Amino acid sequence: MTVTDAARESVEASLEQGHLSFSHLNPPPSYDLADHPLPTGREEIWRFTPIKRLRGMLEGEPSATQLTWDSTLPDGVTLTQVSAEEARAAGELAPNDRPAALAAEHAAHTVLLDVPADLELDDEHPVVLRLHGESVDDLVYGRLVVRVGRHAKATIAIVHTGSARYVATTTVVVGDGAQVNVVSLQDWADDAVHLGRDAIRVGRDAHVRHTSVSFGGDVVRMHANVEYDAPGGAAELLGLYFADAGQHLEHRLFADHNQPRTKSNVLYKGALQGDKAHTVWIGNVLIRKIAEGIETYEENRNLVLTDGCHADSVPNLEIETGEIEGAGHASATARFDDEQLFYLRTRGISDKEAKRLVLHGFFQDLIRKIGVPSLEAKLTETVEDELAKNVFRGVETEQ
Amino acid sequence: MSTLEIKDLHVSVTTEDGPKEILKGVTLTIGDGETHAIMGPNGSGKSTLAYSVAGHPKYQVTGGTVLLDGVDVLEMSVDERARAGLFLAMQYPVEVPGVSVTNFLRTAKTAIDGEAPKLRTWVKDVNKSLADLDLDPSFAQRSVNEGFSGGEKKRHEIAQLELLDPKIAILDETDSGLDIDALKVVSEGVNRYRAREGKGVLLITHYTRILRYIQPDRVHVFVAGRVAESGGPELADELEANGYERFLTATV
Ligand SMILES: Nc1ncnc2c1ncn2[C@@H]1O[C@H](COP(=O)(O)OP(=O)(O)OP(=O)(O)O)[C@@H](O)[C@H]1O
Ligand SMILES: [Mg+2]
Repeated sequence: MTVTDAARESVEASLEQGHLSFSHLNPPPSYDLADHPLPTGREEIWRFTPIKRLRGMLEGEPSATQLTWDSTLPDGVTLTQVSAEEARAAGELAPNDRPAALAAEHAAHTVLLDVPADLELDDEHPVVLRLHGESVDDLVYGRLVVRVGRHAKATIAIVHTGSARYVATTTVVVGDGAQVNVVSLQDWADDAVHLGRDAIRVGRDAHVRHTSVSFGGDVVRMHANVEYDAPGGAAELLGLYFADAGQHLEHRLFADHNQPRTKSNVLYKGALQGDKAHTVWIGNVLIRKIAEGIETYEENRNLVLTDGCHADSVPNLEIETGEIEGAGHASATARFDDEQLFYLRTRGISDKEAKRLVLHGFFQDLIRKIGVPSLEAKLTETVEDELAKNVFRGVETEQ
Repeated sequence: MSTLEIKDLHVSVTTEDGPKEILKGVTLTIGDGETHAIMGPNGSGKSTLAYSVAGHPKYQVTGGTVLLDGVDVLEMSVDERARAGLFLAMQYPVEVPGVSVTNFLRTAKTAIDGEAPKLRTWVKDVNKSLADLDLDPSFAQRSVNEGFSGGEKKRHEIAQLELLDPKIAILDETDSGLDIDALKVVSEGVNRYRAREGKGVLLITHYTRILRYIQPDRVHVFVAGRVAESGGPELADELEANGYERFLTATV
């Protein structure tokens, strides 16, 4: 197994400091709003976010407005309203940031999506939740618990469209031996603001893949956390984002290896173009003392298409035990590779078309990993549309 | 008809110490249907010549002309040159992750012909040219050159040559890194291309062994950024026997 030099340094640094009791990068979870005070913007977990553009969403004004829900539920799957107590009893993970705490506090309804034990849904028939907002003037709180029973197999897509100021918390409880594929698509209109947290708890020997895809919105800040209920769980966290001029797209990952022999694998890819397009990727991994024999790898790649964009990419590895199988990370932000473009152009392909192909390839690599053929086709299409619509505005063609 | 005329070509690259001239006046004409071999020691500028004709932005042409059928190639962008009929098989073909060979080939063919190829015949053509070069059909779905062995990359270049059907093909050390079987397969591909009407080939190589399969009309010895001597196929035999010694001492 490979341990990168960076990971080794972290191991040594952590071991030298003595055992860390909890991660300083990831505040302890709590339903109490007082534990998640209004940020000033200087906090480690808020310093990349343009708080002024959140239109007061962190203040916590109550609101009963909702998004409209349109759901496709395969046989056996149920979607019901539950009480806050029932949500907690179903295994909801306590909020670990202020938006999640606000969503838990203020959501007009709490919704439980239940995939019963042993139910095996085929990949071609995913559960689809289409959430649509009417206007950015609407402040909406969302609270969802997805419970997938033991040995069940399901694909769940959550699609966000339209506009809103949407503050949401989602928990995905993955039963022992279950296989779950969750895709969250942020296909918002230009002015939407979305602060979301998807928290995942992985059962014994279960496998979960979570993919976050962000195209639209003015500010989108998605937090995906994974923790483990027992040894043997594996989580794959994938992401794809495309930031245009003025957009802020932030993805924060936290893999908490709190059980031995667990795996996490993170791959996020993004493209940026246009003035003040800003993306943020934070990849936090904590390997607790108990978590011997784990494997983790995280990677973020950004392709910068024009001047004036900014990609932040920060992997953080905190390691409290040296007894691991492997830990590594990679982060790269680059422009188009001239040699790739040259090669394609020597085959008669125009500069613009060559760039489109390279970008298509950059994302296709990731789309293939999502593992839901019907969604892959749709995503490829969405990416193509996005490329056709936006990408080459302002990219000058060179000789 | 296809003729490539290179006249007194001077090319520089930018270095930390300023521009450095690599090609110091290259003159050579590939007449209609001819195959020329260029042989020369490492670092003599063979790849520079190939890249400059193809239009790589790293190389600045400081003098001279390159004409394809009388039309100035140096005025064209890289892709315009390809569409005009130039093809470069690279010494080190580039990997393009996530772009499948089929997608790549179809995009290139469409660009060069100015219209999409007919689907039915095209799929057949692609499968045939992969098979002709001993590449498994699964290569069509793989990302361009990604994870290909050195030999597979070279065979993929020649498959492209046959499919894209340019007027002039520049082959930069297509033979290096090939075992004897692969060399035969690649040579047969080049020969099928040469058998078509009026196709020109500029074959860059270190070794005479490929010239046993692809007979050149002319052989040029390339030393220190220019053609030191030109002759018939017998010049290759002389190089095989005596090496570059005679030419090196003559120029330095
Ligand atoms: N950026 C650069 N700075 C300095 N020298 C350069 C640069 N790029 C190329 N060169 C030099 O140009 C010369 C010609 O290189 P080229 O690749 O054309 O040689 P070649 O004949 O193809 O060699 P080989 O047989 O090894 O393939 C070499 O000496 C090389 O070091
Ligand atoms: Mg060379």
